Amino acid sequence: MREISVELIAERVAQLCQEANFDLPPDVLDALKKAKDREESIQGKRILGEICENAGIAEEERVPLCQDTGMVLVFVEIGQEVHVTGGPLTEAINTGVARGYMDGYLRKSVVSDPLNRRNTGDNTPAVIYYDVVPGETFRITVMPKGFGSENCTALGMLKPADGLDGVKRFVVDAVDKAGPNPCPPVTVGVGIGGTADRALLLAKRALLRDLGSSHLDPQVAALERELLDKVNNLGYGPGGLGGRVTALALHIETYPTHIAGLPVAVCINCHAARHKIWEWRGQEDE
Amino acid sequence: MSDLLHLDVPFAKETARSLRAGQRLLLTGVIYGARDQAHLRFMEALDRGEDLPVDLHGQIIYYVGPTPAPPGRPCGAAGPTTSGRMDRYTPQMLGYGVRGLIGKGKRSPDVIAALKKYGAVYLAATGGTGALISHCIKEMQVVAYPDLGPEAVYRIVVENFPVTAAIDCKGDNLYKSGPAKYRR
Repeated sequence: MREISVELIAERVAQLCQEANFDLPPDVLDALKKAKDREESIQGKRILGEICENAGIAEEERVPLCQDTGMVLVFVEIGQEVHVTGGPLTEAINTGVARGYMDGYLRKSVVSDPLNRRNTGDNTPAVIYYDVVPGETFRITVMPKGFGSENCTALGMLKPADGLDGVKRFVVDAVDKAGPNPCPPVTVGVGIGGTADRALLLAKRALLRDLGSSHLDPQVAALERELLDKVNNLGYGPGGLGGRVTALALHIETYPTHIAGLPVAVCINCHAARHKIWEWRGQEDE
Repeated sequence: MSDLLHLDVPFAKETARSLRAGQRLLLTGVIYGARDQAHLRFMEALDRGEDLPVDLHGQIIYYVGPTPAPPGRPCGAAGPTTSGRMDRYTPQMLGYGVRGLIGKGKRSPDVIAALKKYGAVYLAATGGTGALISHCIKEMQVVAYPDLGPEAVYRIVVENFPVTAAIDCKGDNLYKSGPAKYRR
């Protein structure tokens, strides 16, 4: 049994929130640079150039990549041999988010109630998912999610008879409906199976995979490639003003489902596919 | 079409009418930042027959909710937000006398009809480049609804702010014609 204190967790969450908003992950920057090379539209090339320049400025000057510094999604994996000490874990995570958003001059974009819409002033609460896993590690992924892209989320409760063709149509249609709004070139996360809520979570988690990595199941990997092609043939391109690169990557995750259903969910990330991971393995980190 | 046009803002009605979808502009002067909640309050004020807290006749509204200014900077990241959320309010704002809008993403047929009717223009800034755009912002201050935080109304002094005319007063729409060239 290993012990981790809530103070350390809060401190690291604060740091992750800032780093995620200032530093574009290297795989994303790399994908953007490659996209710039292959984009045929002159305007699209220029926009990709601006996006890469923006990433350099954000990293160097410690200014957020985007003014929408997001609502914070936190994915926590707790090894079952780990004991969290010093107070409630959820509270510690929210303390870290509040501190990170204050200290980093990040925008507070969360309202306390979806109907009365009063700003909470510190960007809390975060949306937190906990998974208990075997072992002694404690891993936190922070994903500040902007709502330009979040508002483009789609869920389809398809019929089994809709089959693979129905799934393809639904995914391409969701990206088509989003059009220029989610700040293309986007990353598309697709969840197929489970229940409605599980499909959405799969789609969201699919956005966290290394950009352009393939699914281990060759059939799913082939579907990823086919759908990425179809999405790029929509022609939206960088900024949605026309071009070849509408999406940098399309990732699919699947889960068993019910005999009566075929849930499909599509989550979209803007070109700033922000996230930051911290993994704790013991004392060396304290 | 690729030539950069330097424009002082706010610009005259004839200038707004002369702009064509696809034209690239560098804006210098004063614009006003306002987004969802500020627009809602504008509507409530106009419906009550009151003046807006800021005179926006002939002005350009930038859909933005900036991050707080770190010490020593006029502002934080300040890129455009998705314009479509303001579609519900925009025809009335154009009827009131707003001359131009800056944001990102598509607009509704009602907004396009209002742009034609009032001779106004919709300009697109590059979404997700808030750090880069902050370099074009020389001053930024809250001028109304400070309680709304990032959704307050801001007076923004810009220098060479790069935008593209996206929908002009003839209804030509780069968000339609641009992708159409690459769709297959």
